[in-house]
Amino acid sequence: MDKKAKAIERDDVVIRFSGDSGDGMQLTGTLFSDASALFGNSVSTFPDYPSEIRAPQGTVAGVSGFQVNIGSSKVHTPGDYCDVLVAMNPAALKANVKWVKPGGMIIVDNDTFNEKGLLRAGFKTNNPVEELKIEDYKVIFAKITELTKESLKDSGLDNKSVLRSKNMFALGMVYYIFSRPLNFTEKYFETKFKKKPEIVEANKKVLRDGFNYAGNIQAIPNTYQISPASNTPKGIYRNINGNTAVAWGLIAASEKSGLPLFCGSYPITPATEILIELAKRKDLGVKTLQVEDEIAGICTAIGASFAGNFAVTTTSGPGLSLKSEAMGLAVITELPLVIVDVQRGGPSTGLPTKTEQSDLFQVLFGRNGECPMIVIAASTPSNCFDYAFIAGKLTMEHMTPVVLLTDGYIANGTEPWKVPSMKDYPSINPPIVAEGTTGFMSYARDEKRLARSWAFPGKKGIMHRVGGLEKDFLKGSVSHDPINHQRMTDIRAAKVERVQEFIPQQEVFGDNEGDLLVIGWGGTYGHLLTAVQEMRDNGKSVTLCQFNYLNPLPKNVKEILGSYKKIVVCELNMGQFANYLRMNFQEYNYLQFNKVQGLPFTVVELVEKFNQILESK
Amino acid sequence: MAENFKYTPQDFKSDQEVRWCPGCGDHAVLSAVQRALPEISDALNYDIERYVFVSGIGCSSRFPYYVNTFGFHGIHGRASAISTGVKVANPKLSVWQITGDGDALAIGGNHFIHAVRRNIDINILLFNNEIYGLTKGQYSPTSKLGSITKTSPFGTVEHPFRPGELVIGAQGKFFARSIDVDVKLTSEIMIEAAKHDGTSVVEILQNCVIYNDKTHSLVIDKEYREDRTIVLRHGEKMIFGKNRDKGLILSGISLKVVTIGQGGFSMDDILTHDAFEANPGVHMMLANMAYPEFPVALGVIRNVKDSTYDDNVRDQVLEVMKTAKIKSVDDLLNSGETWEIK
Repeated sequence: MDKKAKAIERDDVVIRFSGDSGDGMQLTGTLFSDASALFGNSVSTFPDYPSEIRAPQGTVAGVSGFQVNIGSSKVHTPGDYCDVLVAMNPAALKANVKWVKPGGMIIVDNDTFNEKGLLRAGFKTNNPVEELKIEDYKVIFAKITELTKESLKDSGLDNKSVLRSKNMFALGMVYYIFSRPLNFTEKYFETKFKKKPEIVEANKKVLRDGFNYAGNIQAIPNTYQISPASNTPKGIYRNINGNTAVAWGLIAASEKSGLPLFCGSYPITPATEILIELAKRKDLGVKTLQVEDEIAGICTAIGASFAGNFAVTTTSGPGLSLKSEAMGLAVITELPLVIVDVQRGGPSTGLPTKTEQSDLFQVLFGRNGECPMIVIAASTPSNCFDYAFIAGKLTMEHMTPVVLLTDGYIANGTEPWKVPSMKDYPSINPPIVAEGTTGFMSYARDEKRLARSWAFPGKKGIMHRVGGLEKDFLKGSVSHDPINHQRMTDIRAAKVERVQEFIPQQEVFGDNEGDLLVIGWGGTYGHLLTAVQEMRDNGKSVTLCQFNYLNPLPKNVKEILGSYKKIVVCELNMGQFANYLRMNFQEYNYLQFNKVQGLPFTVVELVEKFNQILESK
Repeated sequence: MAENFKYTPQDFKSDQEVRWCPGCGDHAVLSAVQRALPEISDALNYDIERYVFVSGIGCSSRFPYYVNTFGFHGIHGRASAISTGVKVANPKLSVWQITGDGDALAIGGNHFIHAVRRNIDINILLFNNEIYGLTKGQYSPTSKLGSITKTSPFGTVEHPFRPGELVIGAQGKFFARSIDVDVKLTSEIMIEAAKHDGTSVVEILQNCVIYNDKTHSLVIDKEYREDRTIVLRHGEKMIFGKNRDKGLILSGISLKVVTIGQGGFSMDDILTHDAFEANPGVHMMLANMAYPEFPVALGVIRNVKDSTYDDNVRDQVLEVMKTAKIKSVDDLLNSGETWEIK
């Protein structure tokens, strides 16, 4: 009893919660992350859902996971491999053991490791430790189910509710191992179940019992101390995931522009949460239409944009394919529109719940005709807010549609975010035509941005007609004139290129010249940065160049590309951005590192690859 | 609108050259629309700037270029979705969707039925010529079974849609029918459509002089029209015929044509049209009446009040905003779980 487990001080540590999709692992992981963030650690999380809502209980297909990385200095990824795995059943152990660091700690619910459970998970013997060859790991068989029952035997809760609480017992154990205070989570119970004091008490009791149990059993090989991050800037913080951040960034752009936000959309994994969040925000005047299909999503948005709302549509790859024709309509009518594409594994239905970056070519080129669009990509869960805002600013001020790319990884991943203040964001000034303007011509444009003006129906003196047929370059009436078509094609391209003047220069992390330039774009930022940082700490000349502005590219890209001995482009696709760079800057040699497994890069594989490149001639 | 100022049809003519084929039914519909709009403006106190004409693709979809209002010429089949966006974005606008049998019922069928189901306050003029004209003569979803067209050289083998049945089946609240050549009736119906809050669908039997000439001739040509069509008006007896001696009665659960003064039928037996009846039973039967068994029903067949989608969207937002705790993005950003690092 007296013997305290040895405490190990660590800069960062990774833990993975896993169980049946009904076991509440997402909540458990979220509570742990929140408690750690409140404690002052840097946190990065990633949920790993099965695509089935409820696959057969106890099977590997039904395993749901949640990984979190906590650190005493800034962590940029949820971590490749975990130090501690919690597996609530044999299937969870089987599915996740490959993510545990060699010799790591594994906590399992012993009560599920019976013959039936093992069989369901596909074990061939009744000795999973031997079968998985994890004899060298610290596997702790805890009677989580039995002890939860014991803990709540006098609570008056029914058996189902009791069993539902076993994740809190496991969480209590984890809190002990990571020396977390319980009060943040206890407060959560009090708010969440305000009207059900018996549930509050039950959850608190199970959590505490789990904590004490872990302290008492002497089977815990060690505990971890991760001190609060000391260099975190002062301020108010909150946790945010990419989808919520996109929704809020769009609302922020609406507020700054003074135009109501209109979202026409259709549910699709993993983008649906943006629509869900926007639907809640009627308090801020947001109009959300869940319409009959993806095409109606974008077409209602185009109609709303014509009528003077800030219009957006949200989707993922397959939905984007359906929207292609209408995206062309937005380009030729030169109306503001933000299209958010939360990328997932493709082609076709592909891997709905998994991440990928394979829609790049589709958004750059996937339309009929010469149809250029502004394309930007967010790179972290929290900067989804900024890039959604920027997408709104660009589309409304430049009067041409913008695609915002995110991906399943940053959409669902969370991180603490220093809450910004809207006074620090720039104004948005769309070129809205005043009522009664004389001599109005619908396709006349301003010289700076080449943007035409935005003339809302209902206003006097500016009646006009737009549409999908080619337009006269001034009057906007239908024109089949060959020279006019050339002129309009040129101007639509020039208009997008002109955006270069309004976006920041590309920055690099590292040196202005050197041996290796690592190029990435969008959601791979955290992993690439961590890998590059690690190599730089080891004295290697490696620099990261992570792109957020994809079309147009920032002005100074050529200058950057020419300053390093080698370039490697890393993407979660088969080389789309690398080919795009080849197309634009043919003079350089681009090495590639590509992965399409529905998973983010691991820092380990990146470092290995970069070392190989540095060593090869 | 200025006091006593009245628009004339001329105000609604745009400066664009009308490019439909000579003899096309669309010319007459355009006249009807330009004739109806001043009257609508007068009745509902609308300024000309309030009108938006939205279309998809097809011959009729050129329409927005020819009326002097705000206009949006969309892409094939999507006019209902675009109109929906326009109306929800600014519910004050009077939105008119111009579409054809291909645009609304084939490629745009999904958007069409959902617009009708939601009862969004837009007016849809559905030009039905039972053919694809702009692509030069392929069969459409309303082409009669067996129609010989360029893509059905041996006759079509599929059953056509009956637009009225589709609209009422999709819980439509307003359905009317007119014929291209009857400019007066078309404008009369348009005014009713404009007054109706909710989706108003007006099917216009229209002639394609080039690819499907005379498709409606047996019904609407002058010599037959009075005997083969019936103009329904709310509160009036359902009578028709050159001599105004034929009428509709309910026989069992079906409609039946009778001659007044024959077989013991008197005017008292003839049905009185009730366009406001919520039960769609009789409206469905009226909408489906076809020559030769029945006269084809013209006029406003169904006109039922219900809440509209655009009102509901707007009211819900206003309702939530009334008691909202979050009133700005800054409020939103600071809502929920936050913590401070000092």
